[in-house]
Amino acid sequence: MTNIIDLTLVELVNKIKKKEISSKEITKAYVDRCKKSKKLNTFITDDFDNALKKADKFDKKPDFNKKLPGIPIAVKDLFCTKDLKTTAGSKILSNFIPSYESTVTQNLWNEGSILLGKLNCDEFAMGSSNETSFFGNVQSPIGKGLVPGGSSGGSASALSAKLTPVTVGTDTGGSIRQPASFTGTVGLKPTYGSCSRYGIVAFASSLDQAGPMTRNVKDCALLFEVISSYDNKDSTSVNFKRANYSNKLNKSIKGKKIGIPKEYRAEGMSKEIDELWQRGINIVKESGAEILDISLPNTKYALPAYYIVAPAEASSNLARYDGVKYGFRSPGENLIDMYEKTRSEGFGDEVKRRIMIGTYVLSSGYYDAYYLKAQKVRQLIKNDFDEVYKKVDAILTPSTPTSAFTIGEKTNDPVSMYLNDIFTVPINLAGLPAISIPAGLDSKGYPLGLQIIGKAFDEQNIFNIAYSMEEKINFKNEIKSWWM
Amino acid sequence: MTIDLKTIKHISKLSRISVDDEKAKKLEADLNSIFLFIEKLNELETKNVEPLTSIAETTLQLRKDEIKTHNIREQVLKNSPDKNKDFFVVPKVVE
Repeated sequence: MTNIIDLTLVELVNKIKKKEISSKEITKAYVDRCKKSKKLNTFITDDFDNALKKADKFDKKPDFNKKLPGIPIAVKDLFCTKDLKTTAGSKILSNFIPSYESTVTQNLWNEGSILLGKLNCDEFAMGSSNETSFFGNVQSPIGKGLVPGGSSGGSASALSAKLTPVTVGTDTGGSIRQPASFTGTVGLKPTYGSCSRYGIVAFASSLDQAGPMTRNVKDCALLFEVISSYDNKDSTSVNFKRANYSNKLNKSIKGKKIGIPKEYRAEGMSKEIDELWQRGINIVKESGAEILDISLPNTKYALPAYYIVAPAEASSNLARYDGVKYGFRSPGENLIDMYEKTRSEGFGDEVKRRIMIGTYVLSSGYYDAYYLKAQKVRQLIKNDFDEVYKKVDAILTPSTPTSAFTIGEKTNDPVSMYLNDIFTVPINLAGLPAISIPAGLDSKGYPLGLQIIGKAFDEQNIFNIAYSMEEKINFKNEIKSWWM
Repeated sequence: MTIDLKTIKHISKLSRISVDDEKAKKLEADLNSIFLFIEKLNELETKNVEPLTSIAETTLQLRKDEIKTHNIREQVLKNSPDKNKDFFVVPKVVE
């Protein structure tokens, strides 16, 4: 029999439903493996004992009508979990125990899933390498000394090391797609408004979306249909009819119009990335899709606009961390002194940098020059997409400008770190869905991903294109177990 | 435009994050390189563009104004770094 940990989510669900395997067997297999994974530093908090108990309970009274019956899953530590520590990778929340559950995780438990633990991430999801976490950087299983990407780095590392069958991350500027690309896994940033933001530690509210990270496209579609829901606890949640995406998967993409934006062939794109992109183009062409050259003229302004909008929203969202009602506190001579010391000691350097950028661009006299300007640029970027979607059904681009880099390589230069998200950020600004799928290896043997961008709420279409490409690419994620 | 040390100290006050001189110097360098990058936006003419304020294509929903009781006072207070009975404690504010 195949090893339990090698089975996909869909296979696990089928085997459980056919009673060929128990929840306890699956959960134990994962817990045993997780316990040997300390070197990767993927977990901030584990809930292994509880998970085994819940699996036992499920097996005694199984409900096979659930979509994820008795399936264990670890999630990014940005989702509030009732009665279980939720840190957002920050010292300031290092002792925070939520009294409520995020809607996305509640949806998982409602469908029969079981929490394995909380996965490491960049502090408040601010980072592209998982090096800003208060709980230490995460190691990628792909290679010693490599970053897993970020901010959902613990999720990507745990997923590719098979410490969880699937996982859930969040994506504000690329935080699901970039780590998925770095670790040879699949990651979806859904349309803004698909997944509730309730109970997710807020970073930039107009950009944040939760999304599935999985080993293949079918698992991704299944997990997305579980976590996506209309929620009146999130004022930006959109009430639309959610589909059974996984049942409706269709490999036939004949006649689909797929756009190739010339602006993504940015200055200095490496030959490897360019070739990977061309291979992707050839693959969809062979499947009968029509390729159209398109232009998204304001692409180069997306990242600068993002670095106004995201820090501005972050500086407002993070104003709540004052050391009074919850979280870390540093004593001070008076109230103001206490606030300033608490925030100075409780936040890490990257978070402080972004709070200060945000405070500056929102401060008196600078609002119009920066924040208002960025919102106008955001409109132009959205207009670009609206215009091309009159002609095409989806857009194909690389997910990242490079493969995974080494730990410490980019920590001293914030701008070079930010450039990681050059291909992913425009999608968040426009609120669109995009999926990253593994598409090949570079000369060093590190995974590279391709990104398929869809129209708003057209996840089914990008799942189908990804599903069709996945079969032809036939990517095998060979992870060695040097870290065990 | 450049951000000087005085501005860094001012932003530090506004954001309630104390910054020592060494950190302030590092921030000065970082923020200047980030703003150099951000100011690429000035190339764009945006006079007649409406700012995008919300990406969600929905109008805000109204809900009934009703009292919900969660009975989580204990749990909420448990997270407080300093409390006295049912109150959060902070350094003395009124002399």
